[in-house]
Amino acid sequence: MTADVLIIGAGPAGLACAATVLAGGLAVELVDAGHGPGGQYWRHPAPGSPPDSAPGGGTPPGPLRLPRGLRGRGGHPASDDLHHDLGTYRALVARLEEGVAVGRAVTRFGHDVWSLTRDGDGWVAASHDRGAGTERRSRGRVAVIATGAHDVALPFPGWDLPGVFTAGALQALLKGNGVVAGRRVLIAGTGPFLLPVATGLARYGAQVVGIHEAGDPRDWAAHAPAVAQNAGKVWEGLTYAAGLARHRVPVHPRSMVVAARGAGRVQSVTVAGVSETGEPVAGSERDIEVDALGVGWGFSPVIDLAVTVGCRTSMSWSGPVVEVDDDQRASVPRLFVAGETTGVGGATLALREGELAAHRILADLGRPPVSTEARLLRLRVDRSRHKAFAAAMADAHPIPAGWASTLVSETVVCRCEEVPYAAVRRAVVEEGAGDVRQVKQLTRAGMGWCQGRVCEPACRGLVRSLGARSVAEQPGQVRSKGGRGDAPTERLVALPIPLGALADGEVVERSAM
Amino acid sequence: MSRVVVVGAGIVGAACAYYAARAEWDVVVIERDQVASGTTSRGEGNLLVSDKGAGPELDLMRLSRRLWLELADELGRDELELDEKGGLVVASMPDSLAALTEFAEGQRSAGVVAQPVEDLRSLEPQLAPGLAGGVFYPEDLQVQPVLATQALLAAAIARGAELRCGTEVLGFTSGGGGDRPIGRPLRLRLGDGSTIDADAVVNAAGPWGSLLGDAFAAPVPVLPRRGFVLVTAPVGPRVRHKVYAADYVANVSSGDAGLQTSCVVEGTRGGTILIGASRERVGFDDTLDPLVVRRLAAQACALFPFLREVPLMRTYRGFRPYCPDHLPVIGPDRRVPGLVHAVGHEGAGIGLAPATGHLVTAMISGALRSRRDPRSPDVLDGVDARAFAPERFASAVTS
Ligand SMILES: Cc1cc2nc3c(=O)[nH]c(=O)nc-3n(C[C@H](O)[C@H](O)[C@H](O)COP(=O)(O)OP(=O)(O)OC[C@H]3O[C@@H](n4cnc5c(N)ncnc54)[C@H](O)[C@@H]3O)c2cc1C
Ligand SMILES: Cc1cc2nc3c(=O)[nH]c(=O)nc-3n(C[C@H](O)[C@H](O)[C@H](O)COP(=O)(O)OP(=O)(O)OC[C@H]3O[C@@H](n4cnc5c(N)ncnc54)[C@H](O)[C@@H]3O)c2cc1C
Repeated sequence: MTADVLIIGAGPAGLACAATVLAGGLAVELVDAGHGPGGQYWRHPAPGSPPDSAPGGGTPPGPLRLPRGLRGRGGHPASDDLHHDLGTYRALVARLEEGVAVGRAVTRFGHDVWSLTRDGDGWVAASHDRGAGTERRSRGRVAVIATGAHDVALPFPGWDLPGVFTAGALQALLKGNGVVAGRRVLIAGTGPFLLPVATGLARYGAQVVGIHEAGDPRDWAAHAPAVAQNAGKVWEGLTYAAGLARHRVPVHPRSMVVAARGAGRVQSVTVAGVSETGEPVAGSERDIEVDALGVGWGFSPVIDLAVTVGCRTSMSWSGPVVEVDDDQRASVPRLFVAGETTGVGGATLALREGELAAHRILADLGRPPVSTEARLLRLRVDRSRHKAFAAAMADAHPIPAGWASTLVSETVVCRCEEVPYAAVRRAVVEEGAGDVRQVKQLTRAGMGWCQGRVCEPACRGLVRSLGARSVAEQPGQVRSKGGRGDAPTERLVALPIPLGALADGEVVERSAM
Repeated sequence: MSRVVVVGAGIVGAACAYYAARAEWDVVVIERDQVASGTTSRGEGNLLVSDKGAGPELDLMRLSRRLWLELADELGRDELELDEKGGLVVASMPDSLAALTEFAEGQRSAGVVAQPVEDLRSLEPQLAPGLAGGVFYPEDLQVQPVLATQALLAAAIARGAELRCGTEVLGFTSGGGGDRPIGRPLRLRLGDGSTIDADAVVNAAGPWGSLLGDAFAAPVPVLPRRGFVLVTAPVGPRVRHKVYAADYVANVSSGDAGLQTSCVVEGTRGGTILIGASRERVGFDDTLDPLVVRRLAAQACALFPFLREVPLMRTYRGFRPYCPDHLPVIGPDRRVPGLVHAVGHEGAGIGLAPATGHLVTAMISGALRSRRDPRSPDVLDGVDARAFAPERFASAVTS
């Protein structure tokens, strides 16, 4: 069967798009790797999953017992209270379920899409049905990529110790697995996303010993006058809203983690002040005892499927993003992109983009519009407002320029392939690697299981900072003045799939010919 | 000192630069992108004698193999990740085994070590049961192509060569080319608006070699032949050699434009399994084709059933530079004095690079004449270089 609309990703963007095109009478196939709708924002525990099945990051020192009343079914947190805007979620899911009931919507959860390719005038997504262990093909006349974002990690000495997480992973563990990752947790990094992570943990009984924010939200106004007339007040308001005061969580602006230590698991964290130029201030270090650490440096869009089909991309503050027009159309025909994949900006922005894409799809496929001009206008205004806000936030919360000065030779940059900082430095400074692709070829950084999704932001940063130095120091080296710099990394396999499933898919293909 | 400009910093350009610099030429390598950014980083690093039947390409490969081992001593085995892995060619059916046995006999008479294997699973315990038999080639080697390119260029630079990346060679300045009086250097036009004079120019532009040839009014019939390679998640050392099915040999020399796959399976240092590679002629179309991926996966699983459970982690593709007769073009172009081609190595450019650099340097230096072989003036180090001469393409000579 070929659906009218093939949607990959059932987060806020994908769901909003699905609900709207269904309302307009189109048929939808919605594919997502997760076990149900909601994406990262409305992440829910898997039915029947053990509450302490923490994926990676090491086992916590004994799962925390949640206070009675906070426990949901199976010992999970009753995760409703971790989510905002649940009314919207329920309404969208209800419309999707209606569509399934009348046979106009097909949902494929637990399906990892490994490729999206052209299929005549339309599209075919090939996925790994993890439950059945087989390959499935989903077809659509138009396709929507709404694959969201993942969080950005940067290396520092000790970041590979068990008990050190990204801020997003802490949040995902809490929402998706009901796991409070530690008893004494320190949160660090930059951006307002740190606040809900800290409150979520505090609410479920962890002692959040502090939020170490590398930026200084008190001078938001200096960065983004349009956003915050009275930055100090806005920030204070946010910290209150996040419930930090109630849980006595201290917030330390201009502070960052420079090292984590521990035997077998993180036991202490060294923090330092951050200078005006983004360097850790020498002499300002102090150690804090913890049993878990969450560091968040923002999010980076998941654009692999779009890059492979040849969509135009550009470099943004949040990493490479897919370029779209005012109707969320990508640069290749009959393909739409919505949500974080076009630029990080939060769940509301993702919802608006998903709905706007749907309106254009309805028009393209000859359906009458389902909402008024006035609503469309409001969606567009909302979209620009959220984009502007996200850009201003990013401007006010840059990754500190001197993050790499914490690295020592042995610090592992690529964890999959165990590539130390010294090897990356050698590739850039001595061998003249001019971009992440060359660093990968020379050191294997980014060749492992995660395909560089974790280490790429770090490698990009190192190419920039070390590269500038090496040109000056060693003009005669094997240097590539070229360098693809900002070109996005190609990942033709968006998610892994067993060879056996592919092999059986070959048989299916042959018998169909 | 006369200047040699090498166009292209792939493995072939790097080898030419290395040997030319060793011969004390003033070498400048000009690359429009980056070191090893073309085909060299898109393939595998198999240095195979096993897939070549007796003939000039096998001779070239045997010379190259000796040079690779010399390079490993000089530049460091680890710098190249050179591994004496050995190749195992298996035949699933008795009739393909008969063909393979005959093929191996021819190779043996050309000096290749080719050992019949009856108990395949003593060599490769994970192989599927019931395969008819195979031949083991202990001389098959492997290098990491990007590291090798880098090491060759670094060694060339240490001997005074210069590398310019991010600069494209566009052609001659007006009045260049064949009309030029003998002995006057060629003046090359570069993408940045500058020019450079060269006493000799080496076309090492890989699959873009025909475009460069056109720009020099010296066409060579090099075309791209696409190939995909699959890389699995790490599984540890479960495949010990390069293992491939006998029909691979037939595919390599096929002139058919359609898709051909016959996989070569091997384990890597990182514990991943590499499965390569398909062959099809689709121009420079780099679209992902899931069908090719599925077919390679199916063939690999048929050889090694344990792979069914192993996840595919990534795939990549490249364009082999190939000529209609599946032999490289190595040699001076009579239409443009001073221009020497070193292109069209198809799926064996990594393997053949040192011998190519060695021959090109010899040709440039005029060594070909001075080291004249008593029987044939064009035989060098046991290789009949005439088989690779640009003149062999009739249309190219007459134009
Ligand atoms: C770990 C994490 C935690 C977060 N926590 C919060 C929070 O607590 N509060 C907050 O305000 N914001 C949070 N965010 C940000 C917020 O989730 C996003 O702003 C919002 O979810 C964006 O919606 P989206 O639809 O663009 O993408 P997402 O919600 O990320 O949805 C994308 C969906 O695509 C699916 N997908 C991706 N690739 C494939 C593929 N190849 N095959 C099949 N399916 C695929 C994913 O499974 C996912 O369900 C978090 C983000 C992350 C990464
Ligand atoms: C899937 C696959 C698997 C393979 N496996 C093997 C294998 O196992 N063993 C083996 O030996 N071979 C293998 N090969 C073949 C091998 O990769 C090639 O034969 C070899 O890399 C060719 O090298 P090259 O230097 O000629 O070309 P390239 O590496 O393509 O280098 C040419 C360079 O020239 C530059 N250039 C082009 N035009 C200009 C210009 N006008 N100005 C400046 N610069 C220019 C390009 O940017 C490029 O960097 C494989 C190939 C593929 C695709």
